[in-house]
Amino acid sequence: MLQQLSWKVGGQQGEGIESTGEIFSMAMNRLGYFLYGYRHFSSRIKGGHTNNKICVRPTQVRTIPDDLDILVAFDQETIDVNYKELTENSIILADAKFSPIAPDDCKAPMYIVPFTEIAAELGTSLMKNMVAIGATAALLNLDKGVFQGVVDEIFGKKGQEVVEKNMQAIQQGFDTMAEHLGDRLGEWEIAPADGKHRMFMIGNDAIAFGALAAGVRFMAAYPITPASEIMEYMIKKLPLFGGAVIQTEDEIAAATMAIGSNYGGVRSFTASAGPGLSLMMEAIGLSGMTEQPLVIVDTQRGGPSTGLPTKQEQSDLMQMIYGTHGEIPKVVIAPSTGEEAFYDTIQAFNIAEELQVPVIILTDLQLSLGKQTVEPFDYSKVEIRRGKLVENEAIPEAEDKSYFKRYELTEDGVSPRVLPGMEHAIHHVTGVEHDETGKPSEASTNRKAQMDKRLGKLKHINFKDPIYVNAPYEEADILFVGFNSTRGVLEELQQTLIESDVKVNHAHIRLIHPFPVEEMRSLVAKAKKVVVVENNATGQLANIIKMNVGGHDKLVSVTKYDGTPFLPLQLAKQVKELLTDGNI
Amino acid sequence: MVTFKDFRNNVKPNWCPGCGDFSVQAAIQRAAANVGIQPHDLAVISGIGCSGRISGYIHSYGFHGIHGRALPIAQGLKMANKDLHVIASGGDGDGFAIGMGHTIHSIRRNIDITYIVMDNQIYGLTKGQTSPRSAEGFKTKSTPGGAIEPSVQPLELALTSGATFVAQGFSSDIKELTAIIEAGINHKGFSFINVFSPCVTYNKVNTYDWFKEHLTKLSAVEGYDSRNREEAMRVVMENKGLVTGIIYQNENAPSYQEQVPGYSPTPLVDQNLKMSEQEFNALIQDFM
Repeated sequence: MLQQLSWKVGGQQGEGIESTGEIFSMAMNRLGYFLYGYRHFSSRIKGGHTNNKICVRPTQVRTIPDDLDILVAFDQETIDVNYKELTENSIILADAKFSPIAPDDCKAPMYIVPFTEIAAELGTSLMKNMVAIGATAALLNLDKGVFQGVVDEIFGKKGQEVVEKNMQAIQQGFDTMAEHLGDRLGEWEIAPADGKHRMFMIGNDAIAFGALAAGVRFMAAYPITPASEIMEYMIKKLPLFGGAVIQTEDEIAAATMAIGSNYGGVRSFTASAGPGLSLMMEAIGLSGMTEQPLVIVDTQRGGPSTGLPTKQEQSDLMQMIYGTHGEIPKVVIAPSTGEEAFYDTIQAFNIAEELQVPVIILTDLQLSLGKQTVEPFDYSKVEIRRGKLVENEAIPEAEDKSYFKRYELTEDGVSPRVLPGMEHAIHHVTGVEHDETGKPSEASTNRKAQMDKRLGKLKHINFKDPIYVNAPYEEADILFVGFNSTRGVLEELQQTLIESDVKVNHAHIRLIHPFPVEEMRSLVAKAKKVVVVENNATGQLANIIKMNVGGHDKLVSVTKYDGTPFLPLQLAKQVKELLTDGNI
Repeated sequence: MVTFKDFRNNVKPNWCPGCGDFSVQAAIQRAAANVGIQPHDLAVISGIGCSGRISGYIHSYGFHGIHGRALPIAQGLKMANKDLHVIASGGDGDGFAIGMGHTIHSIRRNIDITYIVMDNQIYGLTKGQTSPRSAEGFKTKSTPGGAIEPSVQPLELALTSGATFVAQGFSSDIKELTAIIEAGINHKGFSFINVFSPCVTYNKVNTYDWFKEHLTKLSAVEGYDSRNREEAMRVVMENKGLVTGIIYQNENAPSYQEQVPGYSPTPLVDQNLKMSEQEFNALIQDFM
């Protein structure tokens, strides 16, 4: 019985590969299994190889494995591109339609199944995906009944006949496979799950849900991979709450429109990826200078320029911390799981209003698009804090048309915030340096006072758990450090190394800026070597740690920038090489 | 009773003496008073340039943003609080060069705000370079041999971009300009108002006298029907854009906000942010 199943379906983009993975995953999710999926896709609508790799486990999983147990192939390219992930214990299920050929050095046996033919006989070759799912069910010894609920849900709208046809396709896939397999039937059965109900979602869903729960009522955004799902979720859900989404003419409009709406007192945001964030830089400066709350999601993808638009990378870090001309207070938050993506998004909106600053929610393609099991969100943990937002009634009448001190110098640097429409709170807002009332001022003393006020606000950030820490050792051989979606691969590797008697601690940075210096310093002090693992070429996080904490002599930077995520075995090999080299 | 004096503040404009922008400021103040807006219910959002300073010279909420982006800020604000009267304003560089994309798309979108362009056909604050509104052959520091590119035609542009309100005024005629701005504020949708606002320092061609000589008032054109877009286009083209008055208005077109599915009839800013546990659980179910 398997403790983990690694399953992949592949074919040409646009022929339902994604939905094959989706239906299989939904059924497994409902059985209580934990899932983690990663899609390989290209920047085109139809054609080109695509695949969906899914890891299924009875326990928590946050990474895709290196290897494959089952490869379902709808074209030859799927076999050619992916067979190296197969072992002696794996199996290929290939559609007879394309006369599949297994490469000579392929370790796994190939079973040729007439997926398309069976589907066509049932009425439409589109159902070949369902036949493949049925065949998978035979390998896993699954009760076909587990698919009934999912099929009802997906095809119910199209009528009972369509539902029945699809169930028949699953049944026939199962039967045909069972005949082929003989006594290997059920050989890939996974250890039973706990049967609990959990959510199954992509990181972008978790962020969008978090934004809605945080009270967002307006979003302005421009479509881009891998961020668009956030906008699409808001377009679906905001009408239920009276809100609206505007698809803008560009990312500059998106960011400035969100600033306008926040200025009006409504929690608003935008979401984009690297190219969009580059365009938003001036607006981010405006938000910082005028102290208007602003939340922006940056779903990192391969850069620079258009780069690798559909591939994993973590190379926007420095730009998110420092980007915009001049110096502003800015917060950068980097969740690493679906759960954190939700709760940290709520934190982002609270901090944006409490400190009146721009807040970047940084994710990466793997976290944003990877479909994963997520524990149901807890309503009682949804807290909304709006900082120094003043009630209209509490404002005394202004004398002789004097402006409200919207930029009043206070102890914590945060000034009372009033909104247009309030009767006695008229003031001016400008990106030009200004005095306490918002009037332009170039006076040196005022300039320094306002700069100190703005930049000083970050000291008062209220962010819960800035680092995810799993540090069982007071004196560790290795401290692993990462951010965003490398969480799972580092968790796995930590366990593997601990089992082979290496003392490993793990820190995943959740609050990137302002950097949690003290927390990190003590973790670094407890380790002989600090191994910083990140999907970029220049070791940006490693440099941030050097800048803030030091520890240059201990620091080892492990980078990957080929567009693919870190995999547990691959990374283990890299780290073990470091170990044998006497580095650790 | 509100008067234009209620919209005056204690700030002395830093515009050159004789600048056309003084009249635009006065016309906005008068129009707001005539419509009966309270100063705290008005927000003036401006761009960058001499004209961009206007948001600081009117006693109302004011937001002086970044170059070319007054329109998205203004639209975001209006979406947040539909009870506010929102006026976006800026220069011809702001609206027709760096911010041209926003101008066209704001016109298409038809959110209920008023956009006033202070058009002086020159870059003043940067001390005299060509503008997208400078006429061909116009000599400036950046076009010593004369401007090569044909100038942007704001009225034609607006008419072909789906505008529901297009007007043009002139700084010398405050009375007409005030009436135009009033009509723009009252228009339910995006109102586009271009104003010839001469730069007395850097533009020695398009002067007050030049405009007086060349402008035609639409009120003097017999039988002019501002509800007819084709006629509007014809008259604008015949007069090379040198007309003043309400050029086109479609009073029946629904605004953007009226068409957004589910958009709250009360201002979004007044909403309770926390959703109910029932609503929360329904959202969770989507992913189970």
